[in-house]
Amino acid sequence: MTSIQHEIRRGAYYDSVVLMQLQRALLELQGVEDAGVVMATAANMELLEDSGLLVSGLEPRPEDLLIVVKATSELMANEALAQVDAILKHRRSSATDAYRPRSLESAIKALPEAAWVLISIPGRYAAAVARQALDHGKHVFLYSDNVTLEDEVELKTTARERGLLLMGPDCGTAIIDGVGFGFANHVRRGAIGLVGASGTGLQAISSTIHQLGQGISHALGTGGRDLKGEVGAITAHQGLDLLAQDADTQVIVIVSKPPDAEVAASLLAAARGTGKPTVIDFIGYAPPVGRFDNLIFTTSLHETARAAVERVAAGLDERARRRHGGQRRPGYLRGLFAGGTLAMEAVRGLQAFVGPIHTNLTVPGAIRLDDPLVSTGHTVLDLGEDVFTVGRLHPMIDNDLRIRRMRQEANDEHVSLLLLDVVLGEGAHPDPASELGPAIEDVRQHSGVEVGVLLVGTEEDPQDIDHQREILEAAGAHVTGDTISLVAFAAETLEPGGETQWPTVSSTALSAPVAGINVGLETFYDSLISQGAAAVHVDWRPPAGGDDRLMDILSKMKTSRPDTE
Amino acid sequence: MMDIDAANQAAVERMISARPMLSGISTARDAIPGMQEKMLLHAGPPIEWSRMSGPLRGAVIGALIFEGLAENESQARELASGGEINFEPCHHHRAVGPMAGVISPSMAVYVIDNVEGDNRAYSNLNEGYGKVLRYGAFSDEVIKKLKWMNDTMAPVMAEAIAAGEGIDLRALLAEALHMGDEGHNRNKAGSLLFLKQLAPAIARTKVSDEIKEEVLSFLGDNALSVLNPVMAACKAMADAAHGVEGSTLVTAMARNGTDFGIRVSGLGDRWFTAPAQIPDGLYFPGYSSEDANADIGDSTITETAGIGGFAMASAPAIVTFISGTPQDALNATLEMYEITVAEHSHFSIPQLDFRGTPTGIDVRKVVELGITPRVNTGIAHKEAGVGQVGAGLVRPPMEIFEQALMAYADDHGL
Repeated sequence: MTSIQHEIRRGAYYDSVVLMQLQRALLELQGVEDAGVVMATAANMELLEDSGLLVSGLEPRPEDLLIVVKATSELMANEALAQVDAILKHRRSSATDAYRPRSLESAIKALPEAAWVLISIPGRYAAAVARQALDHGKHVFLYSDNVTLEDEVELKTTARERGLLLMGPDCGTAIIDGVGFGFANHVRRGAIGLVGASGTGLQAISSTIHQLGQGISHALGTGGRDLKGEVGAITAHQGLDLLAQDADTQVIVIVSKPPDAEVAASLLAAARGTGKPTVIDFIGYAPPVGRFDNLIFTTSLHETARAAVERVAAGLDERARRRHGGQRRPGYLRGLFAGGTLAMEAVRGLQAFVGPIHTNLTVPGAIRLDDPLVSTGHTVLDLGEDVFTVGRLHPMIDNDLRIRRMRQEANDEHVSLLLLDVVLGEGAHPDPASELGPAIEDVRQHSGVEVGVLLVGTEEDPQDIDHQREILEAAGAHVTGDTISLVAFAAETLEPGGETQWPTVSSTALSAPVAGINVGLETFYDSLISQGAAAVHVDWRPPAGGDDRLMDILSKMKTSRPDTE
Repeated sequence: MMDIDAANQAAVERMISARPMLSGISTARDAIPGMQEKMLLHAGPPIEWSRMSGPLRGAVIGALIFEGLAENESQARELASGGEINFEPCHHHRAVGPMAGVISPSMAVYVIDNVEGDNRAYSNLNEGYGKVLRYGAFSDEVIKKLKWMNDTMAPVMAEAIAAGEGIDLRALLAEALHMGDEGHNRNKAGSLLFLKQLAPAIARTKVSDEIKEEVLSFLGDNALSVLNPVMAACKAMADAAHGVEGSTLVTAMARNGTDFGIRVSGLGDRWFTAPAQIPDGLYFPGYSSEDANADIGDSTITETAGIGGFAMASAPAIVTFISGTPQDALNATLEMYEITVAEHSHFSIPQLDFRGTPTGIDVRKVVELGITPRVNTGIAHKEAGVGQVGAGLVRPPMEIFEQALMAYADDHGL
């Protein structure tokens, strides 16, 4: 039996929308067929009448609240009326509904102090957001993969010009001032700073360092392609600079897959320039030497961590040493070797610490010289090769070929350093210094080149090594007794090529309290928050719903100017 | 040569710096440019009789009866469908009207002057609640009320307004936003401020005390009294921003009950339209979304000018229209900052630390972020003559912004 029940609440004012909500809630109750909840104005009474909800004989005043329920039974109707107070009191919790910005721009307004933007959206959209972040002067942690190499080069070039750090793309891990970005382990703060092109490499090394009782100052990811020739290790260089400046960092670790040759040379030069003990693990790379100035080469992640911890324990007494006071100069080196193995070892060292080497030898990573008679760039020649010795004596016996080639090389205006080996002993030339010394003096004086000599032999050899050294040094040569020392001399003499001064990344990148804007995986935002960093999550969606035509128009509208026609 | 961002900044600065003053009341025939006999203005983009929805047809019928061009509904329908009546959008005549927005030549209209520019805007008078023309009602009582408004109230108000130096609607809105209004669905505070400004001058008019009382009560009882002058004020602000070369700023959003249309500052007088949607909201007793007409009215001019749904944060009392919480009201405004190019320097929101309201919709941002403007709206019954059935939230269809973007690209060879 359908029943209409009502309730009048005298002078109870509610905003009409609260009342409509109440009405909606009443309609959802069991057995309720219709309901009206209104302030009892004439217009509202008319509405109730139209809906067949008006009970005759009611005379409420306009300021009264009138609640009418029509239900399948009187009991149901009265039960519904009894719910009114509970429904009015019901308030949804609002704390969880804080606004999530939809664009980087509004996120930056919400958290202007954020120095970092973490990007983990699909690669096809990631470069545009990274570019926007750089335009706003933010450092970028770019987790996304499938960003093109062209985009990476452009983004990193832009970042470098503006003194900003762009870690990635495909950068899985970083720890900034104790706060992990992306995938990172909880490791204690400490004296070891990491630069890595490998996310899991950074995780393994930082975890081991922690287990060995030391800790991490900062861990900077570069992305897997940073050490490729096209990118030129822009981020790794910036990271090294930052760690060099950073007072908390006593020891540096670099971990990466083997870099391209020219990249390796410039990066190792920069690592030497930090003056801090630097442990290098180019995974799978055969280092030319285990130690070189402040550089320590390792071949496993665990060994890398251990070496770094040991260097911290050893203290800071292992600064890079300058070996001679000569001025650094631009230009190429030309190595003219009589001994093939010595030449080969020199090539391996030089390509690591000086740059790409052209050679007539077969050495992994070195560039094969087209014509051994014509040098180019940095060149190292084995003059004992057949092409040189046909019809004449081996250069260990006959200095003539070498002296002529010395003059030829010295006349090349791009050459500033000659490297020679002089091998003494039975069968060799009886007094090589007597012929090479004057030639060295001559090219030094007339062409201004420096000359380094690797001298192999003993004081018991017929030529007497001490006597030979005296003559060569008197001629102005820098004489060493081993290949790596010769390489070190070359590295100290030649100015690193292609270096331009970019604005340095401000050290506040690492020292300011970490605040970040997260665009992409929400777990990265949650992790920032749980680590106590300030963060804002962007509720990102593909621009223009992923419509290519519209995205194309939008990107043109960002860069182009409208016609004034 | 100007870039798009600069063009938009120039346009939005004109919108924000516009200062609309209510300077008088006239009739459509005398005041509205291009108004003709046998012409009816309506809300939204252009539409012919055959495509008009129930409430717009109802309002047309009522207006024809009001003008004496028809004696009853059937005559009015015949006349309206016969091609003799010229239907044009209010927007083509610098005017705006809520819901059906029908303005006929004899109707009294507010005249709003942008004293910082050289443009004017117009709107009709608000009829209050219940059975009203703007929701398509055309019964005798509707016509009777319209005639009373035109013949009795309008002259009193005109005299009262003429006695002062005009009413600064920008200042009124700024104050109302601090009193819980958002300027579109909630105009309670603004209407009382309006009444407060007019009351002393009305008291000094020469009409009888009975008429003074009727007029004051009518204005005071109607929490939407100020809606129409506010809409015309917003129209004056939006028009000031129209026609800036290269600008992608939206300068009109309007619905005719069938289509939702927008205009863009740098794209001339073209409309970009798509079918209007059914608002999401709360319904009066006895009604549901099944009774609702598609979105209708020029009142979206408020959102176009940076208030209404865009200023939702200042009107937490009405968030329950969409079953929301006060936090949702803040979020609504915060979301609109994403698609606008400026924060209003005159309209501020206490709840957001007095941040300016989000102002100046950029078509590019709407399309890029997939966020359409939020519009607060009343909901009309789909049948002529029934009236309002609820209130709620609606958003324009995304495709009209996409159309505008494509048109811009075509114009500029992108």
